[in-house]
Amino acid sequence: MLSRLRNFMMTATVWFAAMLVVAVFLWLFGDLVLHGFSKLDLSFLLDAPQNAGRDGGIAPILVSTLLILGVALAATLPLGLGTAVYLSEYTSGTAARSIRMSLNILAGVPSIVFGLFGNALFCIWLGMGFSIWSGGLTLACMMLPLFIRTTEAGLSAVPNEWRQGAAALGLSRAAALWQILLPAAAPAIMAGLMLSIGRALAETAALIFTSGYVDRMPESLSDSGRALSVHIYDLSMNVTGGDAAAYGSALVLIAMLMVVSSIAIGLTNRFLAQKITVTTI
Amino acid sequence: MKTTVNKSLEIATPAAMPYTLGDVEQGAACCIPEPHIQVENLSIYYHGKKVLEDVSLNINKGCITALIGPSGCGKTSFLSSLNRLTDLIPGSQVQGRILIDGVDVTSPQRDVMALRRKVGMIFQKPNPFPLSIRRNIEMPLREHGIRQRSELDERVERALRDVGLWDEICDRLDSPALALSGGQQQRLCIARALALEPSILLMDEPCSALDPIASAKVEELIHSLCNRYTVVIVTHNLAQARRVANYAAFFWMTERVGKLIEFGHCQSLFDTPNHDLTAAYVRGVSG
Repeated sequence: MLSRLRNFMMTATVWFAAMLVVAVFLWLFGDLVLHGFSKLDLSFLLDAPQNAGRDGGIAPILVSTLLILGVALAATLPLGLGTAVYLSEYTSGTAARSIRMSLNILAGVPSIVFGLFGNALFCIWLGMGFSIWSGGLTLACMMLPLFIRTTEAGLSAVPNEWRQGAAALGLSRAAALWQILLPAAAPAIMAGLMLSIGRALAETAALIFTSGYVDRMPESLSDSGRALSVHIYDLSMNVTGGDAAAYGSALVLIAMLMVVSSIAIGLTNRFLAQKITVTTI
Repeated sequence: MKTTVNKSLEIATPAAMPYTLGDVEQGAACCIPEPHIQVENLSIYYHGKKVLEDVSLNINKGCITALIGPSGCGKTSFLSSLNRLTDLIPGSQVQGRILIDGVDVTSPQRDVMALRRKVGMIFQKPNPFPLSIRRNIEMPLREHGIRQRSELDERVERALRDVGLWDEICDRLDSPALALSGGQQQRLCIARALALEPSILLMDEPCSALDPIASAKVEELIHSLCNRYTVVIVTHNLAQARRVANYAAFFWMTERVGKLIEFGHCQSLFDTPNHDLTAAYVRGVSG
């Protein structure tokens, strides 16, 4: 009897905990839809903001967000892949351990610290000023630890038999990497990429100090540009009467995040389900 | 190479030639008494710890040489040193000399990729790449500089015919190799190695992960490689060693260090072993 009661209590507790998490998300999302949906239409996406963002749309902000993301990805992909390959294929022992430890620490650094660091390094020391370059590169610094660790995990999950097999056939390390290891780890790499993009899209603090908050259409990558998350922050904190526009922008951001993370979840599931997919090239 | 083998076979009659192996079960073919691989005082260390001590033996051209002995006695380490796959193991160190066709392969200047192209290797667990059947064979060929479509197609077909897979899978060359059965996968791996036209094949327990029927097929295939390739095979299946091999080498571990105890014609090693350890092992008493 007692054990049945205990069993019921246990079930009820985990069920309640799970429902609470879902409820928080539904509340938040419902609130956004309720307040922001009326604001959403094609002109909101295609017009420039007017009256400090209270009216008009978010077109230049979307363009800046995508440009910042583009710069961040262009820096993250080669650097991250290179480091992950180095960690999983070329080194072991002290060097690898210290690199992994510093990546773990970096992954836990608050974004505001990245913002100040990016401002000091890119804006001031490298003379890039408040620009899409600075913002994108600062975001890359934040995305790298996450992307490297997921990519490395994907490469480590590739069975060793394939490395041995490739070596035994006289294939060079580069050939083994391009022909077998990277294609086999591709699902994990994609999942890591999606997670990193999600992190980048949600970032605010690091961008305020680096890409700035000028809300006109950027003319080049050296121009300052306001990211969507910064726009939301500005509208809700600094602009009285900007709440409706803030809700609308937040809804757009959440929609973008949902698209990215559902792709990531799909890829991760596929990766976990079979560890390595059979790729026919 | 093939022609010289055939020529010497014509001359060779069991009675006249001292190097023939006599009536080994299933009548294993004779082979040329010309050393293809000469191993001199080979010792292998992992992280400074000796795993194999002072092995010297000659492996003859076109013969099948079986390496037998209990687990952990250094057979696989010995095998991997022949194509320098030991290089992949961190902290491994190889002492002594290994001459293949008279050239020392242990020297650091030696082109390892060319060596591995000449010395193919088959592993215990079939390891086809996660590519199509065709690409599994084609990709290494391309990496070794063969890019002509006609030659690639020809080599793929020849390799698959050599291992008896062609008729089974010729209509689905572009389907994933990992969808094949275990035995087919292992034969594909052998085909992949054969397509590079090696002269030596190293096999590390190639049948141990397969069911009896697939295992019999692979064994038959190994048997047919005799005379065309120099085969060195690690096996725990003594009956298999007896059936396929011309020569056998018995390894044993003393004080955690592997040693070569006895090496000779397969039949004499099994029937009239010179060493007590060998006698006990082949009778199934120890190990």
